[in-house]
Amino acid sequence: MALDRWIALILLGICLTYGYTAWFTMDASLAPFMKRNPIWPSTFPKVLSVLATLACLSILLGLEKSEAKEPEIDYRRLHEYKLGQAVMLLALMAAYALCLRPLGFLISTTAFLVLGSFILGERKWLVMIPIALTATGVVWYLVQEVLGIYMRPLPGFLGG
Amino acid sequence: MLEGLLIGLQTAMSFQNLAMVIAGCLIGTFIGMLPGLGPMSIIAIMIPVAISMGDPSAALILLAGVYYGAIFGGSTSSILLNAPGVAGTVASSFDGYPMARQGKAGKALTIAAIASFAGGTIGAILLMVFAPMLSSVALLFHSAEYFALMVVGLSAIAAFAGTGQVGKALLMTVLGLIMATVGEGALFNLPRFTGGIMDLQSGFGFITLAMAMFALPEALFLVLKPKDAGSADGEIKDLRITGAEARSIAPVIGRQSIQGFFIGVLPGAGATIASFLGYAVERNIAPKHEQDEFGKGSIKGLAAPETANNAACTGSFVPLLTLGIPGSGTTAILLGALIALNVSPGPRLMIDEPQIFWAVIMSMFIGNLVLLILNLPLIPYIAKVLAIPRNYLIPFILFFTLMGAYIGQNNATELLILVAFGICATALKFADYPLAPLLIGFILGGMLENNFARSMQLYDGVSFIWERPMTLGLLVIAAILILLPSYRARRARLRAQGVADGD
Repeated sequence: MALDRWIALILLGICLTYGYTAWFTMDASLAPFMKRNPIWPSTFPKVLSVLATLACLSILLGLEKSEAKEPEIDYRRLHEYKLGQAVMLLALMAAYALCLRPLGFLISTTAFLVLGSFILGERKWLVMIPIALTATGVVWYLVQEVLGIYMRPLPGFLGG
Repeated sequence: MLEGLLIGLQTAMSFQNLAMVIAGCLIGTFIGMLPGLGPMSIIAIMIPVAISMGDPSAALILLAGVYYGAIFGGSTSSILLNAPGVAGTVASSFDGYPMARQGKAGKALTIAAIASFAGGTIGAILLMVFAPMLSSVALLFHSAEYFALMVVGLSAIAAFAGTGQVGKALLMTVLGLIMATVGEGALFNLPRFTGGIMDLQSGFGFITLAMAMFALPEALFLVLKPKDAGSADGEIKDLRITGAEARSIAPVIGRQSIQGFFIGVLPGAGATIASFLGYAVERNIAPKHEQDEFGKGSIKGLAAPETANNAACTGSFVPLLTLGIPGSGTTAILLGALIALNVSPGPRLMIDEPQIFWAVIMSMFIGNLVLLILNLPLIPYIAKVLAIPRNYLIPFILFFTLMGAYIGQNNATELLILVAFGICATALKFADYPLAPLLIGFILGGMLENNFARSMQLYDGVSFIWERPMTLGLLVIAAILILLPSYRARRARLRAQGVADGD
């Protein structure tokens, strides 16, 4: 089965779960006076669940004939591309999200920019580090000082 | 009107007010380029500065300049990095970013600058002429018509459906609508589909979703297939648009200035719907060979939303200045600023304080001109962002993507949601599912449900569909726009079969 149909199958599962909640469990907690309304919080989701299920089925059953076209990246030959770099960058982004609060903006961001370039193959440390430090400092100043949006600059034990 | 124009010109051309327009445009452009900071947040930040000046005309002129500048800045990040920070510039990335990837970043920015200028200027002329009249027309639109208008806005999905791909585009739209139902709805105030997770009470963040759908998969594709990264040799060429290109986008600019302005006049519609609708309409009326170019770097596909969103921004001042009704989030903030400045917008503003009303209109002309003069010479420098080596550019795109989501919500969990959605979006892109319809569904979902619910309550059911002719008319248009691509594809297939069979 082609990838688009596998995805349609997964989405069908999600839509059926969504639909089950909308049709069977959502209205249980509804206050009695709300049940006299012509529209309930579940009305719109109910309509959407039916539409989504029909759309999923039309793809799964191949009701619409589409022309085959050359994909930008062929997922069957994914191993031929730089998959390792992409996965490492995603892991780095997740790590950044987890470290932003405990390590503070300045350390997390500098490390993210330096490690991001490193993963992509850059080895000029004397260029990488000053660029990352300058960019981090400028963005922090702009966001924190000029725009007044609070971002903890350093970890708690360093007074951040 | 002539007297009013002269008063406005005199006020707007004073040294202080000219400086305000220029400062506003510059601040708006630079901050607007940062994904995550849209006109609403920039204007909110600038309000204390504007109020401290004490002069309502100067304050409004500054804020209007910031508004236009931010819209222009948002388009720049959409075109160069595929990172639309505001809903109103999402449609600009559909063709602007492919143009930038084809090495036509300079040309894309030039078209964006000219289209924005034209949209804003024509919008200001229409505002000047029609403001009092249009305010009464806008009041004819009730929730039923708004609901139908949102459905027409959703019909833009047809523009993203390739041959035989309407099902996929529809599924993505419905998925976007489903995502919009997560969290507390404005009408019911009941948490829905949150799974008990506190962070989902307010629903998914638009910026997070926009970044996950556009910027993140694009950056990952650049990593996977390095040869395609950035422009070919870093040289920014092809800044000028040819006579033929100018002639081809001129009617688009003309049509979308008018359409965008009138959509902007409707309270609740605004730049986002105007840009999607502008894109969909231009795509649907284009000849077949030009239709295929949409989404792949069509200059018409870029000019349409760019013109429409600026014209709609100008149009949104009509209900604000003449009725005191904010038509969008941004004009709601501007209304707050007006009240703080002891100015009461409404039907009497034009009579009681003509210098404010007309000065704002004149400042729109000046602001658009300032943006054009400032930005056209800067385009080669702005577009140089694509010449940055891939090893540095990609981490910066990812960083701005993360920052956009973080600043918008000030919540680190949002970043994990961004990464998770980014992975899903990349998988969907591999399987050739169009991502833009999902975002359109998400953006319009909340408004669609609220207007649908209000209409249902008012009419005690769905009878509003046939009892209000304007609603029915709009819904019929939407159905035609959605079904037309499928019909065309079927007809083309049958014709091809006929030829093959020797008919």
